[in-house]
Amino acid sequence: MNAAATRAAALLGALALWAAVAHGNAWLGVVNPVLLPTPGEVGRVGLELAWSGELTRHFLTSLGRVAQGFGLASLAALGLGLLVAMCVPLRLMAEPVIEFVRPIPPLAFLPMFLVWFGLGEASKIAFIGYTTFFPMFVAIAASVLRVDVVLLRAAASLGASRADLVRRVVLPAALPGIVVALRVGVGLALFVIVGAEFMGADAGLGHLIMEGRTFFNPAQIVMGALTLGLLGSLINTLLLTVERRLLRWRAAA
Amino acid sequence: MMARGPKIQIQRVAKSFGAPGRAMPALEEIDLDVAEREFVCLLGPSGCGKSTLLNIVAGFLVPTTGTVLVDGRPVSGPAPERGVVFQEYALFPWLTVTGNVEFGPLLQSRPAADRRRTVDRYLDLVGLSAHADKFPVQLSGGMKQRVAIARALANNPAVILMDEPFGALDAQTREVLQDELSRIQRVEHKTILFVTHSIREAVYLADRVVVMTSVPGRIKQVFPIKLPEVRDRFAHEFTRYESDITRVLREEVAKVRA
Amino acid sequence: MAQFLSSVPELMDAGLRGSRLPRGRALALRLAAIVAFLVLWSLLSGAVVVLKLFNPIFLPGPWLVLGSVLDMAVRGPLWIHLAATLERVAMGFGAGAALGVALGLAAGHLTPVRNVVEPLVEVLRPIPPLALLPMFIVWVGIGEASKIGFITYATFFPIFLTTVTGVRQIDPLLVRAAQSLGARGVALFTRVILPAALPDILTGLRLGVALAFFVIVISEFIGAEHGLGYLINDGRNFFLVPQMLGAAVVLGLLGYAGNGLVRLLERRLTRWQHPA
Repeated sequence: MNAAATRAAALLGALALWAAVAHGNAWLGVVNPVLLPTPGEVGRVGLELAWSGELTRHFLTSLGRVAQGFGLASLAALGLGLLVAMCVPLRLMAEPVIEFVRPIPPLAFLPMFLVWFGLGEASKIAFIGYTTFFPMFVAIAASVLRVDVVLLRAAASLGASRADLVRRVVLPAALPGIVVALRVGVGLALFVIVGAEFMGADAGLGHLIMEGRTFFNPAQIVMGALTLGLLGSLINTLLLTVERRLLRWRAAA
Repeated sequence: MMARGPKIQIQRVAKSFGAPGRAMPALEEIDLDVAEREFVCLLGPSGCGKSTLLNIVAGFLVPTTGTVLVDGRPVSGPAPERGVVFQEYALFPWLTVTGNVEFGPLLQSRPAADRRRTVDRYLDLVGLSAHADKFPVQLSGGMKQRVAIARALANNPAVILMDEPFGALDAQTREVLQDELSRIQRVEHKTILFVTHSIREAVYLADRVVVMTSVPGRIKQVFPIKLPEVRDRFAHEFTRYESDITRVLREEVAKVRA
Repeated sequence: MAQFLSSVPELMDAGLRGSRLPRGRALALRLAAIVAFLVLWSLLSGAVVVLKLFNPIFLPGPWLVLGSVLDMAVRGPLWIHLAATLERVAMGFGAGAALGVALGLAAGHLTPVRNVVEPLVEVLRPIPPLALLPMFIVWVGIGEASKIGFITYATFFPIFLTTVTGVRQIDPLLVRAAQSLGARGVALFTRVILPAALPDILTGLRLGVALAFFVIVISEFIGAEHGLGYLINDGRNFFLVPQMLGAAVVLGLLGYAGNGLVRLLERRLTRWQHPA
């Protein structure tokens, strides 16, 4: 059996195992059957939500929050990351402050954002922005600092001015690192949006999941989680495609 | 030949590294002139400061004392009049072969047709016309270094500085590229300062070989190479130069070991 | 632009990093930055009080935050919450690490195991772990078990993935060399594969520790009676902003210490990578 077949079989086997356990439980009544939804039930809940338009609404709400929070944070991280990395005194000042703030798990500040910005959209967007800014900023600055001094020397001895060095050497050389930073940022945004929507939201996939808990509907939790996973995979695939396009020079065949 | 004065003048250049007080001298009082169209090799044991000297001429390092003049003007930083070829190639990986060769002319805002001609001419000179659209990752080490040489030439610099350019290549490729460089020099007649630790390479390429001492680097002896332009590595005269220089250099290597 | 990049000679010599500052001056700069940060924060919260921009309880100064932490420490509750969080993290992370490393080694070394485990991991991985937190609560209730189980689940993924990568990246020449010297089976595994994969495994553990602190907070927001996350959420209900910020800072210190601990382990176990 080749690798692809084993992998497909493993997935099908896991699905079959889930179905068998859930149906078996429903039949034998070991635990409350509501706790162990069958794949069919999850699918039915999914279809119902999709049919009523609810799923689309929650999906788009979460996507909108992620897009705004991540968008703002990535612009800030790009601008400040480049600036701080290229200006030595600024970098030395920024480093300790970041080291001070960064170990604090961002979710610990979530209630702070609710206190400061209220329960509306602003607190969620600001929180995603805050969470994603630091790792992206640090990664972007680090990728600028990794630019090989030999490339700077080569460009300067070909007549590059300081502006040329930034535009024609530092930026393209740091681009792979910047793309990776953005990918990490999106992943993190999807990670924490769920948490933000657990607490005082009336829409979004996190809210959908929390509602599933409140009304004791595990099928809805699983459905919400799967949708989030799908969203994450889609965004990641999209970014990887862009990355391959943009960074053709790194591993050209 | 010396009528217009030397192309490169290195005057009492010294360099030490480290904090003042605990500074380690790397170069001590170097005086050296390179004439126009002359090919000079700096030869010495590793760590003798020959690359440091080249980096000072390139403008990458500031000498502790002394000055370097090119065409009578003092060097104050890297500039397109001094093209550099690095051991690590230093090609821009995000640019194609054409993009790399075009880099200098582009910075000078030369018109596209003009740039195109320059790229064609120098890629043809190094025999890489067929690979114009490849990225550096797709090239072998020898091909990368040809691109780097074409890139330096395309900028039409007054002098070319080469820092162990063939040091990372295997022995065969190395000899092929030495032949190429010798051929290119017979066409282009550039002023070249070339750092190497290979005696054979120095004798094969140079008009003059400057042997340096080990730490701190000083000029130990200068050998003018009076051989025909096209050289034969197995000629009696050639091997005589080799053994003469080897004898001088061996003392220095022994000193480092001691 | 003038001050944007370092001067050209400096740039050519040392690159964008700049030349290394003397130790004393670098330390002074760092301290100055921290002090400036605290002063700015104090000034900001002071300005709010003086100018009556908004209710000053929303932005307490650093001294109030520090005071609240000290107060909780002296009166005692801080230690109870700290211990609760630490215990959950230690148990959850410990189980996640054991599971991740064991399965990762097996999957990295044995192709059939990899082909079975990896697809499942690839399906579950894109789902943010937080999305499954309510599932844990529904299944095992609001108590300790759901919190610990959730941390185990969340930390498993990065540790498993880095371990697989670590094993798979081992140079086959190294394995061949060991085999030609007579290493087989268990000896090959413990003497070659494990040490060679160790740097990656430790990286995974570091990611895992960070993730454990990352997710413990929110599981303590939702139905807990102790823990630093509980302190934060409790502070939110009663508008005790200094308590919220103080607990966050303590969490940061714990995360910092956890990271430091793994780094120490790293330096101990992989000395061959960075000989002094």
